[in-house]
Amino acid sequence: MEKLIALLIAAPLLGAAVLLVGGRRLDRVGHWIGTLLSTASFVIGLLLFADLLGKNAEHRTLIQHLWTWIPVEGFQADVTFRLDQLSMTFVLLITGVGSLIHLYSVGYMEHDERRRRFFGYLNLFLAAMLLLVLADNYLLLYVGWEGVGLASYLLIGFWQHKPSAATAAKKAFLVNRVGDMGLSIAIMLMFTTFGSFAFGPVFGHVDGASQGKLTAIGLMLLLAACGKSAQVPLQSWLGDAMEGPTPVSALIHAATMVTAGVYLIVRSAAVFNAAPDAQLVVTVVGTVTLLFGAIVGCAKDDIKKALAGSTMSQIGYMVLAAGLGPIGYVFAIMHLVTHGFFKAGLFLGAGSVMHGMNDEVDMRKFGGLRKYMPVTFITFGLGYLAIIGFPGLSGFFSKDKIIEAAFAKGGTEGWILGGAALVGAAITAFYMTRVMLMTFFGEKRWQPDAEGHEPHPHESPAVMTIPMIVLAVGSVLGGAFFSIGDRFLKWLEPVTGHSEGHSPVSAGEVTIATMVCLVIGVGIAWAQYGRKPVPALAPRGSLLTRAARRDLLQDDFNHVVLVRGGEHLTRSLVYLDHSLVDGVVNGTAAGFGGLSGRLRRLQNGFARSYAVSMFGGAALLVAATLLMRAV
Amino acid sequence: MNPVNYLYLAGLLFTIGATGVLIRRNAIVVFMCIELMLNACNLAFVTFSRLHGNLDGQVIAFFTMVVAAAEVVVGLAIIVSLFRTRHSASVDDASLMKL
Repeated sequence: MEKLIALLIAAPLLGAAVLLVGGRRLDRVGHWIGTLLSTASFVIGLLLFADLLGKNAEHRTLIQHLWTWIPVEGFQADVTFRLDQLSMTFVLLITGVGSLIHLYSVGYMEHDERRRRFFGYLNLFLAAMLLLVLADNYLLLYVGWEGVGLASYLLIGFWQHKPSAATAAKKAFLVNRVGDMGLSIAIMLMFTTFGSFAFGPVFGHVDGASQGKLTAIGLMLLLAACGKSAQVPLQSWLGDAMEGPTPVSALIHAATMVTAGVYLIVRSAAVFNAAPDAQLVVTVVGTVTLLFGAIVGCAKDDIKKALAGSTMSQIGYMVLAAGLGPIGYVFAIMHLVTHGFFKAGLFLGAGSVMHGMNDEVDMRKFGGLRKYMPVTFITFGLGYLAIIGFPGLSGFFSKDKIIEAAFAKGGTEGWILGGAALVGAAITAFYMTRVMLMTFFGEKRWQPDAEGHEPHPHESPAVMTIPMIVLAVGSVLGGAFFSIGDRFLKWLEPVTGHSEGHSPVSAGEVTIATMVCLVIGVGIAWAQYGRKPVPALAPRGSLLTRAARRDLLQDDFNHVVLVRGGEHLTRSLVYLDHSLVDGVVNGTAAGFGGLSGRLRRLQNGFARSYAVSMFGGAALLVAATLLMRAV
Repeated sequence: MNPVNYLYLAGLLFTIGATGVLIRRNAIVVFMCIELMLNACNLAFVTFSRLHGNLDGQVIAFFTMVVAAAEVVVGLAIIVSLFRTRHSASVDDASLMKL
């Protein structure tokens, strides 16, 4: 069966190659080729999944060695794939949700003349992400990691004729480069510490390494995760990445890209378990990001940007859980999977709304859409209930477990982390209810555009609604399916390990607290956006609201500290170069120039003056000889 | 007669020659002064040969004569061709070799 693993990656990669090289003659069928190959990868994934389920829990690891990539003595890099429970989970999420997004894009991108190219990029994205999660060593993982970065750049900037999209793509790429540096440094550190970067040897030798080295590796891995998963301080690209077509946002936020950071941390569990300091930083980053993203999500009027803030916040939950150690790994992945369902559903729903509203994204110009788009309304609504953690839906199970695990961290830390996670849950309920109310409820607020075209909201075609329905079913049932009988825990435990913490608060109390937070969040949102009509123009808002509209000043911070700082640094270096380095060089040259200019006057062409210098020189030599003789 | 007197004479002749080279402008006279300096050297060599009682100085004097003869051939040819082109034998007129 392990022979099939390479096919998982090969299918979408073949799709990307065919679609990108094939040219215009494939324009009419290209989107179906892409969707077919992505679905083929999903089917292969299902076959492998069935195979794994048929084995004992300890034997559920398949290794496929393809070839040796760099055969150098002492530096062995293999192209080897590892399919275990963790990568299997990711494979199914990536190919499953990815295929649904492919199908949706067939409808969404129908009027785009570059649709074939779009599907080529989507397939490339899937292939890179699959390579990332299937690699058996960090160097191969890095190849997939960079491939994901490239594909996201191509897709975010897909409408490159818009300057904002081109800038957003560059921004995403550059910010990701910072994280990539972290991963490459981590790989180098692993090689110097363990003599290898394959998973087996690295995780096997963790006990022998010094604490400082392990912490350094952990922090560099965290930096890498921050870049891909849009965690503070490398979060600024995510909001701008909304410039890409909506299916891309769904793909980036649900199945690929941002999940890579969480995967990296959970995959490197052995390193983090041995480096408590790095783990603490991971939890801090996760907690800060979950609050940061939630606050940003509250202030945005752009439906996609509000959802982007929510993604940042939900990934913050996952990173927090991953930082908690063995208590949290399983729940981080479980939340990742359930989030994959409901966030993909929400984004596809947002895309469907935009599709019906002439690409309008401002929620203040929506309102009352539930009558016009019933299917979108119901699927989006189910995704909404799942993300806020409505009892029985998938977000309820996975988020609840993370909050419990945060409290179980113990001590003051446990109270702070758990409290922050609870506050985050309340804010999540607030901003998602706000999105829901502003989009689907209340009076209709849309107006004719500049040319006098009144938008005619309508339901999207079946090719778009079917993926939304499937994802909505997943959002409703996923959590319960995973949690009943601890199925997900038992499935993933052999890879990530699991330990029960000693929580100062019982599971029941956490659930009650979460429910109270949920009710508070929904209640405030209803009081503000449900009871009163929503103003068509955004009110000025408080200081916090205005800051949150500017993404909590993240770009201003980057501009002042990094851009200006960098400019000042380079300017002073240029000044140093001009004055000091060039000064020495040019000064020496000018000195010799002046000296030789003076010496040149001796060459006056008169034979007798040359004779004088000859005689003078001879006289000097004689005098010197006599002097030496005398001494 | 004390041989050192020959050395004084050689020094005197050399000084006269050197002064001539430095202060005279006529190329022929400068040339003659150079010959005078060479011959003053020859006289000094021969005197030293006598003083030390060996033949080294005399051998070198012969070499000097041969070199001087060759130098006269080349030098006079240059002076004649200079005179033909410039109608002057002044060394200061031939001052083109400068920047």
